[in-house]
Amino acid sequence: MTKTEMLKLNIGPQHPATHGVLRLLVELEGEIIKSCEPIIGYLHRGMEKIAENRSYIQYLPMVDRVDYLSGFFNSFGYCTAIEELLDIEPTQKANYIRIIMMEFNRITSHLMWLGSMLLDLGATSPLFYAFRERESILELFEEYCGQRMMFNAFTFGGVKFDLTKNWLNKAEKLIEKMPKYFDEYEAIITKNPIFMDRTLRIGIIKKEVALDYSITGANARASGIDLDFRINNKKSIYSEFKFNIPIKIEGDCYARYLVRFAEMRESLEIIKQAIEKYKQVKNEPIVNKKFNSVFLKIPNEQTTTYTEAPRGLYMCQVIADGTNKPYRIKHRTGSFSSIQLLQELVVGNTLANLMPIIGSLDFVLPEADR
Amino acid sequence: MIYDFLKTFAEGINIPSLIFESFWAVLMFAFLAAFMIIVVLFLVLFERKLLAAFTVRKGPNRVGLNGIFQTIADAIKLLIKEDISAYNTDKILFTLAPLIFFMPVMILFGLMPYTNLLYAVNIPLGVVAVMAVTAFSSLGLILAGWASNNKYSLLGGARAVIQSVSYEIPLVLSILSICVLAGSLNLKEIILAQSGGLFHWYVIPNILGFVIFYISTLAELNRNPFDLPEAENELIGGYNTEYSGMKFAMFFLAEYAQLFILSLLGVLLFCGGFQSPFGIYFGVGFFIQLEQLFWLFAKTFCLIFLAIWIRATLPRIRSDRLSVFCWKYVLPLALLNLLFISIYKFIMGG
Repeated sequence: MTKTEMLKLNIGPQHPATHGVLRLLVELEGEIIKSCEPIIGYLHRGMEKIAENRSYIQYLPMVDRVDYLSGFFNSFGYCTAIEELLDIEPTQKANYIRIIMMEFNRITSHLMWLGSMLLDLGATSPLFYAFRERESILELFEEYCGQRMMFNAFTFGGVKFDLTKNWLNKAEKLIEKMPKYFDEYEAIITKNPIFMDRTLRIGIIKKEVALDYSITGANARASGIDLDFRINNKKSIYSEFKFNIPIKIEGDCYARYLVRFAEMRESLEIIKQAIEKYKQVKNEPIVNKKFNSVFLKIPNEQTTTYTEAPRGLYMCQVIADGTNKPYRIKHRTGSFSSIQLLQELVVGNTLANLMPIIGSLDFVLPEADR
Repeated sequence: MIYDFLKTFAEGINIPSLIFESFWAVLMFAFLAAFMIIVVLFLVLFERKLLAAFTVRKGPNRVGLNGIFQTIADAIKLLIKEDISAYNTDKILFTLAPLIFFMPVMILFGLMPYTNLLYAVNIPLGVVAVMAVTAFSSLGLILAGWASNNKYSLLGGARAVIQSVSYEIPLVLSILSICVLAGSLNLKEIILAQSGGLFHWYVIPNILGFVIFYISTLAELNRNPFDLPEAENELIGGYNTEYSGMKFAMFFLAEYAQLFILSLLGVLLFCGGFQSPFGIYFGVGFFIQLEQLFWLFAKTFCLIFLAIWIRATLPRIRSDRLSVFCWKYVLPLALLNLLFISIYKFIMGG
């Protein structure tokens, strides 16, 4: 009698396709995955605990590091939470700058996703093309705030730096060029038969499953859930902008690809409108200075803000206790939910299908571990 | 010239002609192999430079003039690395596997005619020998996957078996269609049957066979889009995950040597080998040899360029689609092509 055994494969934490230090404990029968257990925590930095020992302004530079690919969104969520607690409004000019920065940040984040997903599928060139465009946006960021990834440019009640004329010119030129680049990517990716073969009807997230796992962001919108916190949010600063929210109902990897791609184009539209609106604003300060942010004390209150980050809902809850330090800060991120979904999503697929699924879910590990 | 000189010298000191002939073949083989290894080293650079150009980069540009000695520097670095093997590996097979992968490729260098005078041996059943030796190298991959005691390597080795078993058959069938056209199994005769310029090459009637041959070679070579056995995003390095230093260098070099030699085979079978595309040579005497060598390398590098282009463009094919693609589409097409070529040959008066 021969005895058959499942092959237990330990994928990660150091593995080229796990986007950081995710560890997957996979049981294989042949090449079919029978079970998958995602193990996270290799990048845990204890950010929420650190926040309790810092004053509010001291924690501000750290919050950018929750998700290193979309720093503006994290600090936006944190800043709006503090603003709500203090009951102040950022100036209109600051809001426009925030939107311009965040949407550019969304494009860089999605470009990073595009390159790494295609790299997971074995195509090397799109990574370099995506990084070329990402680089030009990062240069804009660098010119704006001196940083490429950990920006630390938003502050309570506004932003730290104003936009210059030169910067606006450069940004406008870039926005004009961008759609052409996107067309180039689409030309080599979207209708590529091998790419379609590897992503169509692979890793389908049903609407109910997505709701059960509280999937948000582009992953949810690819499963037919019409949820975007830029619009479904009472205090949204996006209310005066016109843009579409791309939605697909298929829920497979290809739908997630299409949704993210369409989102990049929509982001460009938003930036275009925001720059127009920014130019019409005259002589307004960039920061609403009604308080001393260094010796900030917040009364015994709590609040929660909802931000539509590139990887889904970024929720920032701040509980204050009257001192100059927060009693508790809680971040809720999209990646955490997406990773938990893996254990259900990949079972029954081949090992080769694991890659498009991981790639299309677009999670980054520091965001899940914090 | 050297041959004649050595032959008279050998006859002068009463060496039997059989011993002299085999000695000459070994000498030629050693010369050709050494020459080709250098060509392959530059082929690695060629690929890296081209990929860089495809992906708007500069590529290696530090070692030597614009980076021409980059591969040599890499090779030296790999040679002086410590020889590491992981815990519980099968020591003998682990060491043997790169050799088994490397050896058949080197044998292939000896079987190819490079010009009408430059070859190591010219055996009557050259095509059969080439096919036999090519099939041998996948054994090295399986052994490497098995001996590494690593699950990724094992999966890579298993995929290599599936791939080489599947694509061996269409490869052989497409080569057979050439043998039908030429009416010979000797590589040199196949080339000479294509003399007379571009329109006498077998790629013209046998374009389908050429496409099948090219797809199958890409699969045999484990190159994009068929690079499943070493899919780095799934299997880290596949069969060569555990290898480092000299042993890895052997895998690496053998892979590129295989790319070169199979592209060369494609040129010999389908594109008239060393023959000029104009049907005439411009040089005389010794220069004809050089011209033939030039045409051979030019055509080979065109095929290699195509392979690199494909690598820069396409993602990897799905592992279950690989076999389906072979058995459902490529193999029936190869059989039909063989039938079609046989009828063509019959009608054209073979």
